[in-house]
Amino acid sequence: MSTRLKRIFFWSLFLLFIIDGIVIYSSGSDNDPAQKFLTEGAKKGKLLFQEYNCISCHQLYGLGGYMGADLTNVMSGKGKGEVFVKTFIQYGTKGMPNFHLTESEVNSLTEYLNYVDKTGISPVRDFEIKYDGTITQTGSQ
Amino acid sequence: MKKEIGVVFIFLSIIALLGGLFFGSLSAFQFVFPDFFNTLPFIKNRPLHVSLVVSWIFLSAIGGIYYYLPKYCNLPLFSRKMAVAHAWLFFITGLFIVTCFLFGKFGGREYWEFPAILAIPIFISWIIFAINYFKTVFKKIGQWPVYLWMWATGITFFLFTFAEAYLWVIPYFRDHLIRDLTVQWKAYGALTGSWNMLVYGTALFVMERIKGDESMARSKLAFWMYLLGLTNLMFGWAHHIYIVPTAPWIRYLSYAISMTELLILSKIIWNWKSSLEQAKKDYYFLPFRFLVASDIWIFLNIILAILISIPAINVYTHGTHITVAHAMGSAIGINTMILLSSVLFIINDVTKYEYSKTQKLIIRVGFWLTNCSLLLFLIFLTIAGTQKGIMVVENKFAFQEIMQKISPYLISFAWAGLGILIGLLMTTIPPLIAIVSYFRKKN
Repeated sequence: MSTRLKRIFFWSLFLLFIIDGIVIYSSGSDNDPAQKFLTEGAKKGKLLFQEYNCISCHQLYGLGGYMGADLTNVMSGKGKGEVFVKTFIQYGTKGMPNFHLTESEVNSLTEYLNYVDKTGISPVRDFEIKYDGTITQTGSQ
Repeated sequence: MKKEIGVVFIFLSIIALLGGLFFGSLSAFQFVFPDFFNTLPFIKNRPLHVSLVVSWIFLSAIGGIYYYLPKYCNLPLFSRKMAVAHAWLFFITGLFIVTCFLFGKFGGREYWEFPAILAIPIFISWIIFAINYFKTVFKKIGQWPVYLWMWATGITFFLFTFAEAYLWVIPYFRDHLIRDLTVQWKAYGALTGSWNMLVYGTALFVMERIKGDESMARSKLAFWMYLLGLTNLMFGWAHHIYIVPTAPWIRYLSYAISMTELLILSKIIWNWKSSLEQAKKDYYFLPFRFLVASDIWIFLNIILAILISIPAINVYTHGTHITVAHAMGSAIGINTMILLSSVLFIINDVTKYEYSKTQKLIIRVGFWLTNCSLLLFLIFLTIAGTQKGIMVVENKFAFQEIMQKISPYLISFAWAGLGILIGLLMTTIPPLIAIVSYFRKKN
């Protein structure tokens, strides 16, 4: 195979990669039904989530650590909710450190988790498996 | 005194590997016994483990490139000073990152948890590396062997995807969870692909050198393998985010592309192994062993990779320890085995160190201990992940109950991890002694 042909293959793939990226940055990922829940507090909460490295133990959409629970729908989960979440954040547990957060920080984190909760469902429990091995979500959390 | 700059990277890489394994082992025990060694809690240990292991992969791959280009490709480095600056920048930034983690200063995101400002020196160090690499290899007239393409691609895409992983600092991405997660995992998928390019290029180079046959890295098969790897790097990342509500075509595209690259690499290693003369196997017995081990792990990992790329299975395995098994199978079984092969090849080549009988025995036992422990490690993770996945979807138990039910497997996994640590210590300490004695002689 000539060097010219190799270069053509490479640059064609690279061009497709750039187009793919642009589409993903825009229409491919613009589905966010929860934008109205993205308050200023929630925005601060997201940065606090990173600052305290919560993802080291917890997951959002199944992505993150394995020591703690997936927090995607912790605000609307059965037997959970705002009070449950605030208590955990404020006091910690045997496995989770008490970070000694201020009241404002606790509120921001809670607002962030409330926003996350409205964006979708994780883990997926109600689904139908199609003939090609893909799935369709069928129910709510 | 002018030390081989590649060997300096290799020395640092082994230290990073041992550090990464130590913190990883500590994390594994903290995972199952949360009160274990509270002085350095899990939230600090995990990023230390991940960052050091990632450093091992990059340092050893980069060290190999700096060593192989002038020594074997007849391509003297464009600038040795730039390579030295690269080493210092990598080392000093690494020290800052470790210090941040030890003091609990985070701010970044998973896998790059350090404060975002430290991404700047990392990016600069790769720019220096890229300039040095391209200025060096563009001197080569005629057809490039495929490993030069792979290294070039690995470096270019690292820069591209590392920058992409930091798009979250822009509110357009940060303030939109679905976009943020999608772009984050698009970048991470391609970033892993970029280091795979560096590692697989290294594997091809070492195979070529051991066999003494330059045609294999110039064959059509090798180039098609590279193109498949590149396609996977670019488009095969979405199995990480099947459950994130993105546009469906993103998932379908990734599912279709799947993990074909490993099949081809596996075929190449298999062909190479079958055609190698016994004498060369004996002379390069250490690098050879590790390459063969990587081939076996490729086979095991590809089965897991293909399975978890099927959405109907992924819905059970996503977010469970099966994902960890896949990541560890790749990082230890494939990448580490290939890179150890390269590291041992370079140390053998540069130091001409004669291992004593005892040292050879230690390395052999270490090799087997590492591989057997890794097998157990992956088996326990897979069992734990399968059980967790089924229980989560069935939704009959609370999170803590699920963790309690799978804890026997996680405890076994932690002990198997300790086996890997001891095995790799046994494997790497004699070569480390060889490097130290080489540096002393040079002094």
